Amino acid sequence: MTILLIYVAIFVGAFFAVKAVASHLTKRSDFTSRKTVTFGDESAVTANRAASVISVIAIFLIWGAFTGSSWSPIHAPGPFVGDATFTYTAETPDGQRDDGTVHVTVFPRDAAADAPEIEPGDGFAKDDAAKVAAWRSVLIRVDRNDELGRDEGAKVVAINGQAIAPGETVEVDSGEVTLTPKGTPNYKPEQGWQMEPVWLPPPEAVVGRVIEIMGGGYQNFTLAEHVGWSLFRVIAGFLAGALVGIPLGYAMGLSDWFRGWFDPIVEFMRPVPPLALIPLVIIWAGIGEVGKVILLFLAALWIMTIAARAGVSGVRISKIHAAYSLGASKWQILRHVIVPNSLPEIFTGARVAMGVCWGTVVAAELVAAEKGAGMMIMVASRFQLTDIVIMGIILIGVIGYAIDILMRMAENWLIPWKGRG
Amino acid sequence: MTALTIEDVSMRFELPNGASVQALQNINLDIGTGELMSVLGPSGCGKTTLLNIVAGFLAPTEGIIKLGNEVVHGPGPERGMVFQQGALFEWMNVRKNIGFGPAMKGAPRAETEARVTELLEIVGLHDFGEKMIYELSGGMQQRVALARCLANDPEVILMDEPLGALDALTREKMQSLVLEIWKKTGTTIILITHSVEEALLLGERLLVMAPRPGRIHKEYRLPFAEMGVGADLREVKHHDDYGTTREEILSMIWDMEEEIMGRSETAA
Ligand SMILES: Nc1ncnc2c1ncn2[C@@H]1O[C@H](COP(=O)(O)OP(=O)(O)O)[C@@H](O)[C@H]1O
Ligand SMILES: [Mg+2]
Repeated sequence: MTILLIYVAIFVGAFFAVKAVASHLTKRSDFTSRKTVTFGDESAVTANRAASVISVIAIFLIWGAFTGSSWSPIHAPGPFVGDATFTYTAETPDGQRDDGTVHVTVFPRDAAADAPEIEPGDGFAKDDAAKVAAWRSVLIRVDRNDELGRDEGAKVVAINGQAIAPGETVEVDSGEVTLTPKGTPNYKPEQGWQMEPVWLPPPEAVVGRVIEIMGGGYQNFTLAEHVGWSLFRVIAGFLAGALVGIPLGYAMGLSDWFRGWFDPIVEFMRPVPPLALIPLVIIWAGIGEVGKVILLFLAALWIMTIAARAGVSGVRISKIHAAYSLGASKWQILRHVIVPNSLPEIFTGARVAMGVCWGTVVAAELVAAEKGAGMMIMVASRFQLTDIVIMGIILIGVIGYAIDILMRMAENWLIPWKGRG
Repeated sequence: MTALTIEDVSMRFELPNGASVQALQNINLDIGTGELMSVLGPSGCGKTTLLNIVAGFLAPTEGIIKLGNEVVHGPGPERGMVFQQGALFEWMNVRKNIGFGPAMKGAPRAETEARVTELLEIVGLHDFGEKMIYELSGGMQQRVALARCLANDPEVILMDEPLGALDALTREKMQSLVLEIWKKTGTTIILITHSVEEALLLGERLLVMAPRPGRIHKEYRLPFAEMGVGADLREVKHHDDYGTTREEILSMIWDMEEEIMGRSETAA
């Protein structure tokens, strides 16, 4: 909740800061300085690059600040580490009271520490020592070394002089003490605002993991092999889907018999999410490569079929007529008019299909695989290796994005006439 | 000599709801070789239908089309077509578009290239051969469409409102170009338009069609096309006969439109 508020504050603050700087630089605020007069004209709104850059930086900054990253210049308050003390007051059934002091060493999670050495002190309540890792809490059996302990009927009745009953909590410096129902103090050091590495490791831990796994590998495969296998499955499945789907789509666009025959199948399969097919494919083909490729083939097939069909049906009748009256044969029209005319649709379909395949392969690997990006994060999560999980998620996102950008570049290069018919 | 004969052509469209539309009724027409004929009429009177039948895209419910002495079935390269817009192949450059017809026939490369260069010159696009279609303005695109059609040396050129989407100035230039090409090549041209001025300027023969059922209402023989070849079309428009004929045709079409409106009002 606090993080969300901080994020919104950065958003708003950056907006005003950038706008102030920008208006300072251009210094032109007459009517013509506006890009558009119509508010809400969608085409007039382009992404503000400054906003994108700040957005990415903000996410990393927040991530770093709330995980105590050494890369982040600012930090949210971390958990308490160091030595803390509090006193407890024990009372015997006959009304005797004595104070004892508890010394607790709170150590960072990844370091080891010993409880402080202390003298027991005088009185029937002796001083105690304990240690606890940051973010954890510790039960302190204060009566263990006391001359009159629980067995003699003595009870803890106050912490730092404040009266306490079982179930109640008292604030002490750098933490709080709760009395358990049985009357044992439970010390919980202050947690601060930062996340535990088990929930969210700092960015440098994730980057360190990337480097480590790139060299040494994880679960018998290096990072490149994990990602490479996922990509290989996607490309194999996609190519198979395109190889079958495009001719099928053409046939459906050109022949009423094909259209009628395959329409029910395509229309039925189209809304079935490929993820729902995973169990069936596992039953049929196992969890090996064949099963994965079949699944991705099915994921790509319907998308490519529909794209090719739409590409054929979308050809303007006047283009066909023109080709006929220029003397082209049916076959020539197919090759020189219908196929090139359908390429933009097919490319759009290919982009969608690649995206779906990438998502599907990761999901399939989550379910069952020996290697692959999805398998890597699945196994890592079982061992609570959150840094690998985060690394995997970022990697999957980056690769998915890269695939889309590559497809777009290929599209601009191969079919520059797209959308300009 | 007769280039094209339209014999007793009727066209009836059966609508999916069971009704039917009589788009054309008993059209008879002889078009001489090298004739420039414009066809005018209110929207929906069957102009496009008639042209599509001549081109071979539609089979008439009755009657036949003869090219010379041969009855035509289906489209063919001897009847070239120029569409309003969007019928060029945007995945090819200008040269490839113009050379499409010869390439489909399997004509020798060098011959086609030479012909394309010549045609680029004729339509005034010699520097634009390597440009893609979407890099050209609307007027230039229609020049390409015209050149692409001419590349096949058709006996008849059919144009369905080829200049309808152009702005006034570009349109006037294109009208001059059509006249120039007509004179230079001696091709028979049938041109559909909904502009009375264009019909007057680009028709040795002007056909006015009437709707419901589509039929030939009146025919004119006009001197303006001949006058316009190589001349300023605005001068032609100042001719006395031009003004009177224009008024006559305008009121004729006006009456037809009124009648259509009146009929649909009584129907409603
Ligand atoms: N494929 C078709 N199916 C049904 N009716 C059609 C079809 N094509 C044209 N028509 C009808 O035939 C008539 C003539 O149309 P058209 O030739 O396009 O007229 P114009 O080109 O003169 O505007 C119109 O009433 C139109 O609705
Ligand atoms: Mg029409």
